Amino acid sequence: MSVLVDKNTRVIVQGLGKTGRFHTDKAIAYGTNMVGAVHPSKAGTIESFEGETDHSGVSGRPDTYAHELPIFGSVEEAVAKTGADTSVLYVPPPFAADAIMEAADAGVRLIIAITEGIPVTDMVMAKRFLEGTDSRLVGPNCPGVITPGECKIGIMPGYIHKPGKIGVVSRSGTLTYEAVYQLTTIGLGQTTAIGIGGDPVNGTNFVDCLQLFNDDPETEGVIMIGEIGGTAEEEAADWVKANMKKPVAGFIAGTTAPPGKRMGHAGAIISGGKGTAADKISAMESAGIVVAPTPTDMGSAMVQALGQE
Amino acid sequence: MKIHEYQAKELMAARGIPVPLGRVATTVEEAVAAVRPLVEESGNPVVVVKSQIHAGGRGKGTFKEHPDLGGVTVVLDGIEGGIDATENKVRELASKMLGSTLVTIQTGPEGRVVNRLYIEQGIDIETELYLSVVLDRSTSRNIVMASTEGGTEIEEVAEHTPDKILRESIDPAFGLLDFQAARVATGLGLEDQAHRNGVKFLKALTAAAVEFDTDMIEINPLVLTTDGQVMALDGKISFEANALYRHPEIMDMRDETEEDAAELEAAEHDLSFIKLDGTIGCMVNGAGLAMATMDIIKYVGAEPANFLDVGGGATAEKVTAAFKIITADPNVKGIFVNIFGGIMRCDTIANGIVEAVQEVGLTVPLVVRLEGTNVELGKQILDESGLDVVSAPDMKSGAQKIVELAT
Repeated sequence: MSVLVDKNTRVIVQGLGKTGRFHTDKAIAYGTNMVGAVHPSKAGTIESFEGETDHSGVSGRPDTYAHELPIFGSVEEAVAKTGADTSVLYVPPPFAADAIMEAADAGVRLIIAITEGIPVTDMVMAKRFLEGTDSRLVGPNCPGVITPGECKIGIMPGYIHKPGKIGVVSRSGTLTYEAVYQLTTIGLGQTTAIGIGGDPVNGTNFVDCLQLFNDDPETEGVIMIGEIGGTAEEEAADWVKANMKKPVAGFIAGTTAPPGKRMGHAGAIISGGKGTAADKISAMESAGIVVAPTPTDMGSAMVQALGQE
Repeated sequence: MKIHEYQAKELMAARGIPVPLGRVATTVEEAVAAVRPLVEESGNPVVVVKSQIHAGGRGKGTFKEHPDLGGVTVVLDGIEGGIDATENKVRELASKMLGSTLVTIQTGPEGRVVNRLYIEQGIDIETELYLSVVLDRSTSRNIVMASTEGGTEIEEVAEHTPDKILRESIDPAFGLLDFQAARVATGLGLEDQAHRNGVKFLKALTAAAVEFDTDMIEINPLVLTTDGQVMALDGKISFEANALYRHPEIMDMRDETEEDAAELEAAEHDLSFIKLDGTIGCMVNGAGLAMATMDIIKYVGAEPANFLDVGGGATAEKVTAAFKIITADPNVKGIFVNIFGGIMRCDTIANGIVEAVQEVGLTVPLVVRLEGTNVELGKQILDESGLDVVSAPDMKSGAQKIVELAT
């Protein structure tokens, strides 16, 4: 078991530029079931991928792959012809929110937006559009979602993951990799790792993911990685306190961040005295979450939370 | 991105949001020349001389060179002495203020040099109110926040009298609805014509927030004048960085003298950089990891010199630029490169480091920690370069190593 994506997930990619193509190739090498692409200027053509199999992914495949991806002019057409239920977006920022709404309109169940730099106003509109639809958005400005050994969607390096029992949810891409790598090294592995993104307006949040992991029988513990800005971690801590049946570990980046300065991510800013790392850490600790003092200690914090010391 | 008060008022006026009449001046002569047309047009003998810097608290701030002089000064001389007296006073004030350093609660003790003044008509104020349009992250919508406690910091109101803050959530599909605007206007105690003016003001302001892609518009104080007008006496607008590309007219308003030179250079190379006061320069990919790297430097006993995220799509040129920016800071005693490659490939980083060191030279210790896509290739490039680079297996030992080498 896992959450959001597994070996049966049928994925299309929106935006097959240089970045989109690079990571689509990596996903195919991993064994992700890529079934099509949407790129209006190349509609009707076929994009070929070939190379060496990434054996950290889906098992039991030959050492090389050759894969042909049909390109469609619209998400609607791609879904109709391929039966895709999930889309990953590498669409450039000015057009990304529209691409999200197009995917929702086409009935895509899971929309994973990798794109960084989407105007917030556009995302406010896209989120409004998603209300009342059955589509779930992950991101934007996120590394994606991976269920190790089954399905890799996004820009994370596949080989650091390993099938296992910990759910990972994070606002930061590279910090997710840190956590995942430590869980792999320790031998705990991951059920699914979800990057929810560093923007102030995003789709799936911490609470959504905690809920999914709480209900997933294979997930035995969860690690949540937050950062300064907003109150999503505090809300997650409240939810954990009231509902979570599994141990949770965590980390918050930005203890040394000065107020009023945007730390790279649009969402990572301490403003009006709100959103400090200290507030988040204390909310998490009071909910029984084991908070790692440094990113290098995330794996051991998880071990501690599991009571396996 | 932030702009000056006078620019914010220009933008608001162009969108039908009432603001006082005013003129910007960069010299004493321009300041004096602004007085006569202003007084004649407004019919009010009072003018206000306002320092234009990108920091708040100007009214209560004072000048380093003139400790008795406030950053915003009301000139009443014209009430009895006429325009000539006003001009004389403005001349005296402008010559003191221009080129002097204003220290406010937001500038820090070093203050900011005032290069522009805004000469504004006096307003007969009935009541001071507060109004802002900000993104509410918990609902993913803009909200209007309003309060009768004008002139006070909203954080203070929120802490002491939270029930005095009115909130209206804006559905992006509809904008602020009439009844919502009316509810705010009523809550602010506006009546009759003033109520109608308030509703118009609110509708125009919330529409402008969407049109201009603002992070925040804050009007503090919003004033009700003695003749029932609702007017923005101050205006602070900050624009959302991701949307700036579609607002060239706002980009033109950028005042680079208000920004840190190194941060500007970083922005030119599409790097996210923030200068800090410590001694360990950091180059990291990913904002979260970059913050965590600063944190871990502090954790092992030193202070970070900067936040620097080279981003997901970094090229060798970008890494070189990042290196130059870090090494240009004389406080930097050591550099820690911490890369976990996903979208960013480790060989790209390694090539960038080699190029940068060959171009810029290396006078301080360098510790590199690489992990992720193409990590072996990256390490190989560094090893074969012959550079004096220390490799670290993980973040914490890398941080310990650089702090040890730099002190």
